[in-house]
Amino acid sequence: MNSTVNKYDFYDDEIVKKFVIATVCWGLIAFLVGLVVALQLADWRFNFGLPWITFGRLRPLHTNAAIFAFAGNAIFAGIYHSSQRLLKARLSSDLLSNLHFWGWQLIIVSAALTLPFGYTTSKEYAELEWPIDIAITIVWVIFAVNFFLTIKNRKEQHIYVAIWFYIATIITVAVLHIVNSIAIPVTFLKSYPVYAGVQDALVQWWYGHNAVAFVLTTPFLGLMYYYIPKAVNRPVYSYRLSIIHFWSLVFIYIWAGPHHLLHTSLPNWAQSLGMVFSLMLWAPSWGGMINGLLTLRGAWDKIRTDPVVKFLIAAVTFYGMATFEGPLLSIKSVNSLAHYTDWIIGHVHAGALGWNGFLTFGMLYYLVPKLWKTNLYSVKLATTHFWIGLLGIILYIMAMWASGITQGLMWQAMDDSGNLLYPDFVETVIRLVPLYYVRFVGGLLFLLGFLIQIFNLTATVLQANKEKVKDPVAKGSRIPFKDVISESSHRSLEGLPAVFSTLVVIAVLVASAFSLIPALFTPTKMSAKSIIRPYSPLELVGRDVYIREGCYLCHSQQIRTMSSEVLRYGPASTMEESIFDHPFQWGSKRTGPDLARIGKKYPDLWHYRHMMDPREVTPKSLMPAYAWLAKDKISFDLIPKKLRIMQQLGVPYSEYEIDNSIETAQMQAATIAKELHEHGAPSGLEKTEMVALIAYLQSLGQMSIKPLEVK
Amino acid sequence: MNILFLLIPIATGIGIAGVIAFIYAVRKGQFDDLSTPAYRILVDESERKIDELDSK
Repeated sequence: MNSTVNKYDFYDDEIVKKFVIATVCWGLIAFLVGLVVALQLADWRFNFGLPWITFGRLRPLHTNAAIFAFAGNAIFAGIYHSSQRLLKARLSSDLLSNLHFWGWQLIIVSAALTLPFGYTTSKEYAELEWPIDIAITIVWVIFAVNFFLTIKNRKEQHIYVAIWFYIATIITVAVLHIVNSIAIPVTFLKSYPVYAGVQDALVQWWYGHNAVAFVLTTPFLGLMYYYIPKAVNRPVYSYRLSIIHFWSLVFIYIWAGPHHLLHTSLPNWAQSLGMVFSLMLWAPSWGGMINGLLTLRGAWDKIRTDPVVKFLIAAVTFYGMATFEGPLLSIKSVNSLAHYTDWIIGHVHAGALGWNGFLTFGMLYYLVPKLWKTNLYSVKLATTHFWIGLLGIILYIMAMWASGITQGLMWQAMDDSGNLLYPDFVETVIRLVPLYYVRFVGGLLFLLGFLIQIFNLTATVLQANKEKVKDPVAKGSRIPFKDVISESSHRSLEGLPAVFSTLVVIAVLVASAFSLIPALFTPTKMSAKSIIRPYSPLELVGRDVYIREGCYLCHSQQIRTMSSEVLRYGPASTMEESIFDHPFQWGSKRTGPDLARIGKKYPDLWHYRHMMDPREVTPKSLMPAYAWLAKDKISFDLIPKKLRIMQQLGVPYSEYEIDNSIETAQMQAATIAKELHEHGAPSGLEKTEMVALIAYLQSLGQMSIKPLEVK
Repeated sequence: MNILFLLIPIATGIGIAGVIAFIYAVRKGQFDDLSTPAYRILVDESERKIDELDSK
């Protein structure tokens, strides 16, 4: 017998434990922040007048925490646990595993430290600024190298379907993240994306949709194909179907992104393409759901007794529901009712709470006793968690369906003579407030269930035997690529050259994209100059304030090609109108009205009073006050740099305009401040962000040099 | 809409990579046996040892 224990004879479960603990901790934060933003929508007073916890700044924190911190860590825990067993090999390098773990936690912490302070790109689910984007790329490459080297070292010839799902996740997320995040830095925490307007919208929703596909779907399907069979101790219903499920998802998902832009100024054929591919997703998604459910054949009784099975099967059912609803919402006529409303929020949460949440909870109930070598502390508490959580989800999504359909119908309602029945937008919002409270209660129950789980899992860990028992690597038939396993430190370092070479390749790709992409767009922008003028320096500053405060999270800037929209907001938005918008601000949700043509609709003083206290001009408004804008000062010295970068991106600013941009901005600010003061506002506003934001808002829809024809 | 010159090649590229990966996997015999892998994951030597450790 060997006296020295070779660690490569055992699975690395320490890293899995770390990711499990991180999942639980970040899950708690993600759900708590979600609860706060839900409350803020029900009553605007719940930001307590503090800028860094207003809805516009907290919502990105909630979505990023839920997707990348909670679901992200859960994926890593599940992937590292299941892959080692499926490949019959220890993870290739402890060093890479730990770099991956700590790097990822550092990224999450930096997200939590930047988003509340308004450092955001405003691209949904990709809000993090450029230094953090680079860190994500590096950590993701470390993860990829660690994972692929483990595949190389595997002792099992056949690659189980779960591994295929993980591979697709790793590769596609890398491509999506890099393409969507390409931006030019202005300062350490501010950048402008290279894409603008409709192009930016298309890239963003190509990313956004596939983030759902390859962060929240494919890895979780991989986990499903491992943990359901393990939990019920039965092979998957049809292994053949699982392979078909995988390959068809991989080919179809990537084309469905444009369904986020239906009835917008995106060319019609691209919209139809997105819709057709979305409808095609029905088949593989339901094939996968049925495959997961039927794995229980002959063991259905386990749903009654085993909380792990309860959670996993409910999760798969929610997967089926959400993937039925998704293609349904992609049908143009359904979308015209549902888009910009809470229906979408309900749809997303059926997926996030039901599918991702419950699958993670089930996996945790399975993993924690296994990892700590004990039994679950209380089955009864886990069952209680299940029912409370399920009730929470049902309340949540039903409230959002009701709210979304109500508001969608009210927006479109017309009387016999063709006038809007509810021309006042705020009427359509206050109707939803009771449902927002129902949603809050739903979220509260979901969180309560999770607290029970935290207690249950903690008690499980505490009762565990402190003796360290490690799982030995199972014997396999395949001779691994590197069968000489040495304890020397070089093995833990061998992954690093691979990390560096991949990073070099990425750097080269990004650099080439940088030189290529602006060149692709410039000609279109030059021709647009004759119809649309670029933003004035002050308007550009105001636009950055708009982005910082997350206004796009409640206000769209895209009037759809529907008669009710044109009646309410004016002519449908055109492609040219957002051609200088780096980044685009079309938005995806209307808790407030569309702002694409808000410019010159109200006097400056109206905007001032509205920002100081929205209820002064719109009684019953849900919008929080933004009084700090009247105090925060504009950084005028940054303006020339901002214009210069815009010029590099193809926005036609002349050298003269850039050289004199500070003076131009100060003059425009002084004019607005003077007029505000004349009408009763306090003096001295000319250096504040308030005037910049007003300048920007007054420019919206007023940028065309040639008047737009009403369609 | 010049962005399509970037997005369509990338999306097609991912698709082609998928086809190549699929053909490669088929040639390597990954899909020759589509019944035993589903059972094999259930037989895990190490976990049998844990069950023995469990005091029931």
